[in-house]
Formats: sequence, C-alpha cells, structure tokens
Amino acid sequence: MKTPFLKAVLSIVRKDIQIELRSRELVSSMGLFALLSILIFSFALELDRSARQEAISGVLWVTVVFASILGLNRSLAMERDQGNLDAMLLAPIDRVAIFFGKLAGNLVFALVVGLLLLPIMTILYNQNLLQPWLLLVLLLGTFGFATVGTLLAMMTVQTRARESLLPIVMMPVALPVLLAAVRASTNILTETPIADWIAWPQILVVVDIIYLVACYLLFEYVIEE
Amino acid sequence: MALNSELETRNFLIETRALVKAYGLLPVLRKLDLGITRGEFVALLGPNGSGKSTLLRLLAGLSKPTAGQITIGGWTLPDEAAAVRAQIGMVSHKVLLYENLSARENLRFFARLYNLPPADVDTRIAELLEQVGLSRRTADPVRTFSRGMQQRLSIARALLHDPDILLLDEPYTGLDVDASSVLDGLLRAAHAEGRTILMTTHQLDSAAALAGRVVILSRGGIGYDAPTAGLDGSRLSAIYTETTSMVSAR
Repeated sequence: MKTPFLKAVLSIVRKDIQIELRSRELVSSMGLFALLSILIFSFALELDRSARQEAISGVLWVTVVFASILGLNRSLAMERDQGNLDAMLLAPIDRVAIFFGKLAGNLVFALVVGLLLLPIMTILYNQNLLQPWLLLVLLLGTFGFATVGTLLAMMTVQTRARESLLPIVMMPVALPVLLAAVRASTNILTETPIADWIAWPQILVVVDIIYLVACYLLFEYVIEE
Repeated sequence: MALNSELETRNFLIETRALVKAYGLLPVLRKLDLGITRGEFVALLGPNGSGKSTLLRLLAGLSKPTAGQITIGGWTLPDEAAAVRAQIGMVSHKVLLYENLSARENLRFFARLYNLPPADVDTRIAELLEQVGLSRRTADPVRTFSRGMQQRLSIARALLHDPDILLLDEPYTGLDVDASSVLDGLLRAAHAEGRTILMTTHQLDSAAALAGRVVILSRGGIGYDAPTAGLDGSRLSAIYTETTSMVSAR
C-alpha cells in the first residue's frame, strides 16, 4: 500500500532539483551571498598575508554555513507557503522519506555552492583549496549541517520570524560539526601531519551519524501539529 | 478495495466516535460522533473556528485526535494512516501545488508519491487535465495560472490516484463566479463517479445545490444534521443562522 521508501525519497529530490533548474532561486541566492562574503573577507585580509592564511578555513565555513542557512530557509518555505508539505504528508509514504528527500536536496545545493567556492577562494586567497581531504571534510561538514538544518528549518519555517530564528536555534546544535570541520580544515590547509588531525574527520563522521539517527527519530514529532 | 466487513454492514465509510481535538487547553471538537456512508456528498458548515478544517485534517491523517476514534474504510486513524491516505484526495483553499513546475510536472510528482504505475501515469494525467479543462496549459508553470485554474489543477491532483473519498476544505475561497461554477461542475462529476465527498464551505447556495446532506458544526459539536432535500440557499441560510445564533446565545 505504501509507496516504496526510496522511490518517495528520490521523487522529492528530483522534484527539488527540477524546481531549482527552473527557478535558480536557491543556488543563485546562496552563490551570490557566498561570493560576496569571500570577496569582503578577501578585501579585509588583503594586506595581512599571514592572517589571511590562518583565517581561510574560518572564511570557508562561515560562508558555507550562512549560505546553507539561506538555502534551508527557502527550501522549506517553498513547502510551507503553498501547503505543499501537507500535500506530501497526504501521500501514502513513510513520513521520514520527506525528511530524507529534503535533506538530500539541501545537501546537493549546499555542496554545489561549496564546490564553486573552492576554486574561487583558491584564486582569491592564493592557496590551493582543491585538496582531496578538504573535499572530504567539506562533504562531511555540509552533511552534518544539512541534516540538523533540515530538521530545525522544518520547525522554524512555521514561525513568523523564521529567517532570524533558524540561525539562532541552529548554531548551538551544529557547533560540534562546525568545530570539527573548522579544525580539520585549518590543519589540512596548514599542512599539519595527518596523524595530528585525523581525529577531527573521524569525529565529524560520528557526529553526522548521531545527527542522522536523532533527526530520523524526531522528524515525525516535528511535523505533527 | 478491501473494507472492514463490520463497517460495510453498518454502511459507514467515514466514522468518528467521541472525537475530541484540543489545541493545548482549547477544545475545538468535543466528542463528535459523525457517520458518512459511501457515495454521500456532505456539506460541512459552521462559523470560523467551529472545527470544520480541524475535522478535515483529522480525517486526512494530517493531525492526531486528542481522544476518540476515527475509522475510514475500516482502517483506524492514526494507526493505519498510510492505508487511509491512499483512499483520500484533499483539496484545500491552499492549492498544494509547486508554482515553478508545470501542471504536468506537478501531477507527475504526485503520481510518483502515490506509486501509480509509470505506464499509466501520462494517460491518467492527460485524462484529468482534459476533465478539468487545462489540457492546453499542461506545460505552463502553475504560477502563470489564475486562481480558478490553480484550483482546478488542485482537483486534478486530488483525483490523480482515483480516491474513494474527497475532502474539500473551503474550495471556493478566492474564486470568482465563473470559476465557482466550473468547480461546481467538477464536484458534481466527481460525485457522479461514486466518490464520497465531505466539503467545508461558507457558500450556502453551493452547499444546498451540490450536497445531499448538510452538517452544521458549532462549538465543536453537531448543531444540525439533515438531508438537503427541499432546501435551497435561503432556507439553508435561515437554518444556519438559527443554529449558530442559538449556540452563541447559550
């Protein structure tokens, strides 16, 4: 009777990508914000080369995080404003499929912006950010952030002050992801020996799994009235 | 479809028993008992805040009751919600459609969510778009549609999986006279196909003309419940005023 779980998830992801390809609202607004952000940081740190080298991972994550929050708000608002979340909840699907579908869509958009940032930052900051380890940390960090962000955005999107509320509720919850991602990225970019920082990506993996399981368990309660 | 035999013999497709819904300490529905038989068209009337939309959301499985029982087609809510949802199509005053997708893309998305056989989807969508008069606008984004066209597409979405039950929550909201009369026609056709329809509305004329039975909710309970035979809009309006003012005078 129920629609297969994977089919429901893929349908939601496909729909989100289709809408984005049509409207280009999410990636363009996230991308413009990210570009503006790294340009401002680049101007601010232009004269101080050593400060720039040290701050680069912070710049990367501040930009990815706030661009992701922008995308999360819009992505979930699209479901709320026209009642589309209700339309999905009316379908004979496992409700958690909605969470995984939205998570996958949000992750794709955040990763697209993150991956666009790396070559631009490589040029602006004169440091190679296109490194396999950094790409892995970007993937893990963005996944953790998108996981907890999708759940929290589902809650805050129902409020009037959703634009300002999401960062406020999200930052404390996402702190372990951010801490591990920034520390790992800094070590990768300063070419610290791998043995000194490999624990941070491992912590990221563990935190991602904890967030995923917690969000899986909590999602049904979050979407209830 | 496999229906619970007990309910079949009692002839109720939709049944609520002592249904209570409260938001915090505020009760909206108070021990509501309602039975609707297969094929009935019931208009659910009542002032704002009387619990009409709440009742529809409960029946659609979008909300959980505080107490009491809901059975639909033999399945109990909320425990067997997925089975119930497969039998229900819902139209709301919100259109429940994606503005940036075309009419066809919207319906294809919902067809996948309802797990319709891929081979039949395009034929079914073409039939429905023809039925709601949108066959010339299938590739246009929904944001370019008028309110009436969006509401017609919303009905096509609700009928996509050929549900037995249609729940309509104030479907006339924002429609002009022409669009309302098109909607009347679509609802008549849906009813003629044997569907059971429960519609909340403030349009008493439409309620009297379309529905076979009128239920007026007031203060979370049933204030009036009778067939519409012999009722026209003005008579129904008098009954409605009498029922709702009686309650507010208490």
